[in-house]
Amino acid sequence: MNESLFINIIIGISIASVPLIFAAIGELLVERSGVLNLGVEGMMIVGALMGFVVQFHTGNSYLAVLAALFGGMAIASIFAFLTQYLLTNQVATGLALTLFGLGFSAFVGRGYTEETIQLITSIHIPVLSDIPFIGPLIFSFNPLVYVAFLMVYLVWWFLFKTKQGLILRAIGDNHDAAHAIGHNVVRYRVMAILFGGAMAGVGGAFLSLVQVPIWGEDMTAGRGWIALGLVVFASWQPFRIILGAILFGGITILQLHAQGFDIRISAQYLSMLPYLATIIILVSLRMRLKNKTNRTVPNCLGRIFHSTT
Amino acid sequence: MIKLIPRVENSKAMIILSPIIALTLTALSAFVIFIFILEDIKVSSVFFTLFAEPLIDPYYFSELLVKAAPLMIIGLGLSIGFRAGIWNIGAEGQYVIGGITGGAVGLYFYNVEGFWLLPLMALAGILGGMFYAGIAAFLRIRYQVNEILVTLMLTYVAVLFLSAMLQGPLRNPSGFNFPESRIFHDSAMLPIIWDGTRLHIGLLVAILLSILAWFGIKKHMFGMQIKISGSAPRAAKFAGFDDNKTVWYSLLISGGLAGLAGLFEAAGPAGQLTPGLPQFYGFTAIIVAFLARLHPIGILFSSLLIALSYVGGENVQIDYNLPSSITQIFQGMLLFYFLACDILIKYKVVLNKTKD
Repeated sequence: MNESLFINIIIGISIASVPLIFAAIGELLVERSGVLNLGVEGMMIVGALMGFVVQFHTGNSYLAVLAALFGGMAIASIFAFLTQYLLTNQVATGLALTLFGLGFSAFVGRGYTEETIQLITSIHIPVLSDIPFIGPLIFSFNPLVYVAFLMVYLVWWFLFKTKQGLILRAIGDNHDAAHAIGHNVVRYRVMAILFGGAMAGVGGAFLSLVQVPIWGEDMTAGRGWIALGLVVFASWQPFRIILGAILFGGITILQLHAQGFDIRISAQYLSMLPYLATIIILVSLRMRLKNKTNRTVPNCLGRIFHSTT
Repeated sequence: MIKLIPRVENSKAMIILSPIIALTLTALSAFVIFIFILEDIKVSSVFFTLFAEPLIDPYYFSELLVKAAPLMIIGLGLSIGFRAGIWNIGAEGQYVIGGITGGAVGLYFYNVEGFWLLPLMALAGILGGMFYAGIAAFLRIRYQVNEILVTLMLTYVAVLFLSAMLQGPLRNPSGFNFPESRIFHDSAMLPIIWDGTRLHIGLLVAILLSILAWFGIKKHMFGMQIKISGSAPRAAKFAGFDDNKTVWYSLLISGGLAGLAGLFEAAGPAGQLTPGLPQFYGFTAIIVAFLARLHPIGILFSSLLIALSYVGGENVQIDYNLPSSITQIFQGMLLFYFLACDILIKYKVVLNKTKD
């Protein structure tokens, strides 16, 4: 295979998979704490808009990413408040969050659909990035790509190497027991939800700040839902998120290249691939597990917690 | 600090009051939003256009009913599944597939007259929707794959499939390559029940279905089964209810009804298959089902309320140049408030004076 084509495909896959990594790793932590937030799509689109708007007005990419982070967090806080303090059904509240997020971003972003911005460019480290083959393959990605991988590592480290991570997992598996020995279930869960919102926001911003320099109200196109699927695929194990996301990135790139090569299949059928792949991958996961129950599912996932004491 | 104390019994007063509180809060929030975004227009006149005009003006009222019909039909199906804890979130996809399969039958018999054609189309629509939701039922039972994700992914696939069909087999042969089907001939169009409007027989079907569903849930064993499967899965197991049956029925019923709604939209207000068939009804119907507390008769009312926000939203868009997305914001807010207010039914809210 041609060397530069190979490098281009790797870069393409990484760009396509990073939004999913961000959104999925955030949701993974949320679900580990026992909360199912179906609002990922809504939080992503708000992040995409916030990042775009701030980039458009200030031209400062750091501020733009921060804005996306806080935008995702802000809308996630609605979910946190409703589910943790007002004890609402998590499925319904998550859906409401997605519907609200889509409406909100379409409304606020209506003046920005014709605008374009300066994309966040890839890094270039003198000497290192210039090494043939290895340079472009390791030292020349977009900065957010590195951050995404770092976040996966950090979440893994937090969950499995810190005391707080252990408590969070305990809460996800048995909130009554965790409460009984004195842990603040609601506080942990609220923190997790906010983190999930922040990550979904940044994941969304990656679409509008790195992938394409425009904003559109349907630009997330189901990636939030695919991210939810990835968490299941990953069996709630952080590093497997990367594997899953790269798989999806690969399928997306494959689909784009196939369209480029003028293969005689309608564009619509090729565009179905990522969605169908999500289903196929979830099915294949179950086939691999055979009839064993998935032991890694947090036991309290989606259950409402209320303490009377 | 605010404290929640569980009530011994659900508060009957709050069951009625909480939706009213939620509505009031939504209206107040809408008021605040309007004050911010409207510069030289009176908020009261926008409110009038949004909430009152669709009820007073006969034409807008008929449009309200036109929009309420699909919401009613889809919401009804979803509420049955939601009761059982089966989350069919992709009704939009089943609606699109139902529109395609039912519409394809109508186009296949193009210019063939006959009273049997519409029932046949409706049947094809229902079967299309059932098949599409059935995929999710099969995958859930056979491979324990979450139906939320499957139905949603299939929704994106359905919209792409519609687009492929309209550029391929179902395209109007004399339509200058526009991605649209032929316009259905008279025998394939739903009868209009209010002259001079677009109000079609689908509304009557929707009302009939609601009443049927109410009887079904109240009197039939299956109603009991889905209720218990949702609220007490372990008890359902001990009672010997078949889990798989609940999954199949929930998804097939909600899918079939969504498919029927899709066909009604195609053979009703649209009159042909176009890329504009998906109207977000499938998602909005989720709100409809929750606002009705999953009760069939409640859905009659909640679908009217949501339809009001649709028609009112379109009117303020035309009259005051406000974006249509404002409707979606209100619908989302309404659901938030509604879910939040439900806590008043099960818990007593007490102001705790002690500092902690």
